[in-house]
Amino acid sequence: MAVAKGAPARGALLSIRLPRTRGATLAFYVVRRIFWMIPVLLFVITITFVLMHLAPGSPWDRGGGRQLSPAVVANLNNKYGLDKPIWQQFLIYVWNVAHFDFGLSYQYINQTVTSVLLESWGATFTVGVLAFILIVPAGIGLGVIAALRQNTWVDFLCVGFSTFGAAVPNFVIGILLIIIFSVELYQVTGGNVFLPPGGFGFDDHLILPVITLAVLPIAYIARLARSSTLDVLRQDYVRTAWAKGLRERLVVMRHVLKNSLIPVVTALGPTFAFLITGSVIVETVFAIPGIGRSFVVAVSSRDYPMILATTILYSVLIAVANLIVDLLYTVIDPRVRLS
Amino acid sequence: MAVAATNTLEQVDWENPEQIGLWQDAWQRFRRNPIAVIGLIIVAIITLSAIFARIVFAFHLPFLPDYLAQDPANADLGFFSKGHILGSDYLGRDMLSRLLYGAGISLTIGVLTQVIYLVIGAAIGLTSGYLGGRADNLLMRFVDVWYAFPDLLFLLVVVSVFGASLFTIFFAIGLIYWVDLARLIRGQVLSIKEKEYVEGARAAGSSPMKIILRHLVPNSLGPVIVALTFGIPRAIFLEATLSFLGAGIVPPTPSWGVMIHDGYESIFAHPVEVLLPAVAIAITMLSFSFIGDGLRDSLDPRMRR
Repeated sequence: MAVAKGAPARGALLSIRLPRTRGATLAFYVVRRIFWMIPVLLFVITITFVLMHLAPGSPWDRGGGRQLSPAVVANLNNKYGLDKPIWQQFLIYVWNVAHFDFGLSYQYINQTVTSVLLESWGATFTVGVLAFILIVPAGIGLGVIAALRQNTWVDFLCVGFSTFGAAVPNFVIGILLIIIFSVELYQVTGGNVFLPPGGFGFDDHLILPVITLAVLPIAYIARLARSSTLDVLRQDYVRTAWAKGLRERLVVMRHVLKNSLIPVVTALGPTFAFLITGSVIVETVFAIPGIGRSFVVAVSSRDYPMILATTILYSVLIAVANLIVDLLYTVIDPRVRLS
Repeated sequence: MAVAATNTLEQVDWENPEQIGLWQDAWQRFRRNPIAVIGLIIVAIITLSAIFARIVFAFHLPFLPDYLAQDPANADLGFFSKGHILGSDYLGRDMLSRLLYGAGISLTIGVLTQVIYLVIGAAIGLTSGYLGGRADNLLMRFVDVWYAFPDLLFLLVVVSVFGASLFTIFFAIGLIYWVDLARLIRGQVLSIKEKEYVEGARAAGSSPMKIILRHLVPNSLGPVIVALTFGIPRAIFLEATLSFLGAGIVPPTPSWGVMIHDGYESIFAHPVEVLLPAVAIAITMLSFSFIGDGLRDSLDPRMRR
């Protein structure tokens, strides 16, 4: 566990002291963190599973007066294993998940959940990665520039943007962007930046969703980068650097940034979580056929295996991202030790 | 007055220094923060007009058209139309009435969820922080696991399982986010209980209950109030998101999320129907976060003069 001042202490489950070298410590640490994911995932599965089966009715209920006949329902229950007692269903499910088998989807006939997820993975991944590529330089840039020009109009602009971005929900931002660029400026943009009903393409349709997804994390990182840069600017070694007569670029690059960006790395974990919850919203706003969108559909049509698999997938992603961030932290800041 | 300004030092009565309590002092500093005051004023205006609208709807007063009254002949009207100041939506329902009704829903959800957070979060945070040991360990492990959970997904599942209603939404939001507050309060308690005055109280024979109520609660109140203030826009955001995704408040009840969901179909033809609730959400959330920022600055004892 990388422990830094101010960072929340997580993990620290086992306290066996085995290895001596730094490499062995790292390997042992990674393995331990990966094993710690197992109880976490079991908890996630249990909670989601129990909740779904608490729900009155069944996935085969249809709205309106047209109900499936009891014989059909019995057949469906038999096919998907819903006729067994709940504890048996649960054990079977966990056993299957341990073998990477997430079962059949209820809404897409004869499709496994894995194949549905693989199909929608591309869109979510593309938007998420592009947003991430935008977030890191934009957030750090805004924050650092604001700090270097503290109390000028540049600073006020950056602070204003990060206040706005952090407070306004991303679907509102998405809608405002659509109204500005695709509705009001239709003649200029040709409506191209907003997805027409025809379908989603991996071209300039990506611009607005990526920006929408990126605004909140950019605001968050900019805030953090600004305050940590301000802290560093007041340090003695920075004053020494100025006093030595170093050029501004050298002071900023070599002395300020190197130290002020360390706390920003911790923000990458929450950023990842933002991207994941954001994907659900942004994909709905821009009708992107990704995992988040398919999750919303799965929830409304009670596609249990889809819901469970998406929740598991996203939990694993968040856990892995946090692990990477913690490791990155030890690489960047040599003062931090794994425990 | 010019004389007084030059001789301030002599005016101070060092024998009887002016006593300003934390709250008085915080209020004075809050008042000097223009952005926070603007936020407070906007929230007050929204609250008052939401209450006014509810009274109008309850007694069928003639000030506002009913928020559910459909009038297909007058659908999609623009601003300042006859009888509809902010126009009407695709079913001819008055936009202003629906916005004001929605304001009521958002504010109710925002504030009531904070009560749920506070009750659960304070109970668990205080006990685990005060008792420490095994109970504390268990809670912190639970918090670790909880943070690994993709929260919006969980919220969607809970709301769809228990059926969308105002009560379910309170329940679900409260259930998921009390953890943050419990952790905050635990941290506060851990640092305060090591202070000398708590030790003094314990040495003087105070019961744990008395120590908690007399010393821990009042001293950890500042950060908790700030956290609750920031919790309000988050709850408003979550309800709007759920309703926008079609899982929250059930139409035709006009919450802001529902209005965006409804108007979204015709965003190209009538962008205003989406724009109004979107702007309403943005303004409300911004105002609450202005208040939160202001409170954080003014309740921080390190910022005291």
